[in-house]
Amino acid sequence: MTLSELRTSTTAVEMSAVSRWYGNVVAVNDVTLTIGPGLTGLLGPNGAGKTTVLHLMAGLLAPSQGSVLIGGDPAWRNPAMYKTLGLVTERESVPGFLTAWQFVLASARLHKLADPAAAARRALGIVEMEDAQDRRIGTYSKGMRQRTRVAAALVHDPGVLLLDEPFNGMDPRQRLHMMELLDRMAQEGRTILFSSHILEEVEQLSGTVQVIVSGRLAASGDYRHIRRLMTNRPHEFTICSSDDRTLATVLMGHESVTGVRVEAGTLQVHANDYGTFARALAKQAKASGIRLTSVLPADESLEKVFSYLVAT
Amino acid sequence: MNLTIISITARALLGRRRVLLLLPMPLVLVGLTLIGVYSGVADADWGPTVFGNLGLSVILPLTALIVGSSVLGLEIDDGTITHLLTKPLPRSEIVLSKLAVAWVVTTVATGVPLAVAALLAGSGALAVGLVLAAALGALAYSALFLALSVLTKRPVAVGLVYIMLWENVLVSFVDGARVFSVREHATTLADTVGNSPLLSSSVPLGTAVVMSTLFIVVGTVAATQRLRSFALTGEAN
Repeated sequence: MTLSELRTSTTAVEMSAVSRWYGNVVAVNDVTLTIGPGLTGLLGPNGAGKTTVLHLMAGLLAPSQGSVLIGGDPAWRNPAMYKTLGLVTERESVPGFLTAWQFVLASARLHKLADPAAAARRALGIVEMEDAQDRRIGTYSKGMRQRTRVAAALVHDPGVLLLDEPFNGMDPRQRLHMMELLDRMAQEGRTILFSSHILEEVEQLSGTVQVIVSGRLAASGDYRHIRRLMTNRPHEFTICSSDDRTLATVLMGHESVTGVRVEAGTLQVHANDYGTFARALAKQAKASGIRLTSVLPADESLEKVFSYLVAT
Repeated sequence: MNLTIISITARALLGRRRVLLLLPMPLVLVGLTLIGVYSGVADADWGPTVFGNLGLSVILPLTALIVGSSVLGLEIDDGTITHLLTKPLPRSEIVLSKLAVAWVVTTVATGVPLAVAALLAGSGALAVGLVLAAALGALAYSALFLALSVLTKRPVAVGLVYIMLWENVLVSFVDGARVFSVREHATTLADTVGNSPLLSSSVPLGTAVVMSTLFIVVGTVAATQRLRSFALTGEAN
């Protein structure tokens, strides 16, 4: 086993056919997914089941059916699993009477680390909270509280970090700081899963998404790839060329194109097959002596992909 | 036991306004004792009411209820319990640490005023008996109310039903109910050690000790078991 495989196996989060219901209400329905090292966004509208999925992964909820494994070990009723897992919940539950230093140091001690003070210093350094660490948490802004909670979740250097709506209530600067932090930690080989209903956050941070809609896993993987697999939705391209009108006429003759609109200086093209159109476009333009200056997929944004998924 | 849990729990408990609820009851107990002692009325006329009906029947269980339902219950209510639950700690370590805090705080908050009142009444033996009774009762009550705070969403209501209906009403009508009354266990111990006419025990000492131990063990085991399968409920997004 290579080092990277080992890292993958100890930090992988696996859900197999997991369902969770409350009485007659199904919160999570037959979800199977595996998340490896790197940054993954857990997306879904409010009430889709994101928090339930995170709580199942964090061993704070029993699956009604199926299994949840963290690094190969069951998440439920297995406190030893928390040696490799850190969780930042959505609910802002922090003992406000403690200072950040006391809170993070207590977390290090509860993890029974060999040198809790050094671990607490390192974790507070990662989230850049050293300057305010001796003030009571009750006096912090929301962003500072969030960073303190991240420090407490990181103090034992976990391979897996789960964050529930980590950007909620943060101002743009705090948000940027948190994004850089998550990105850096993911590059260090950690498995980081964060939930969000704000698409720009996920788009900026991560190409890999798990989309939950009404308790079901609606899509999984790189969202641009997901978009290309949605063959029932025409793809939209914005094209600039040396002769837009001639190119429009030529493209309309191709079977993969379903519509062309000429707008100020650009062409909006609807195609029903991404691959066929992409290959045909270059050939047709060359044959007609037209120079393409830019070709941009117009609906490959996460927002579009998400709206398609939620609508289906 | 975990010193980190103990120190944070103690700070959370003693820093809250709720702890102020513990102050008036001991003051009333000592105040009534002073009135009794200096009024010239015979001890037998006021002693059983102050030490038995007020001290061991009201102050001890109510203090234990306030403290025992808070040590873990408040963390469950405000969600800070997740910080403890997401640590690689045996759940028994969490429960035993919480129980230790509840026990010590309840014992001090009730044992000290009871001892002061007994000394004012001129009985050192009764003071020792009441402190031991407070310690035993505090441990048994704390285990019970700690378990209730994990087992039910309304530990204070259920605890009050136990104190008011079981210990104060049912025990008066059904003799067998005394065996399951922590108040009776504590009274028996205080009476046996203090050897005072001011208290009257109604169950044998052996039964009191065994049944209190049963309360402590069952409460601790039930709380631990429940915490092992503790599921976070609430907002599911």
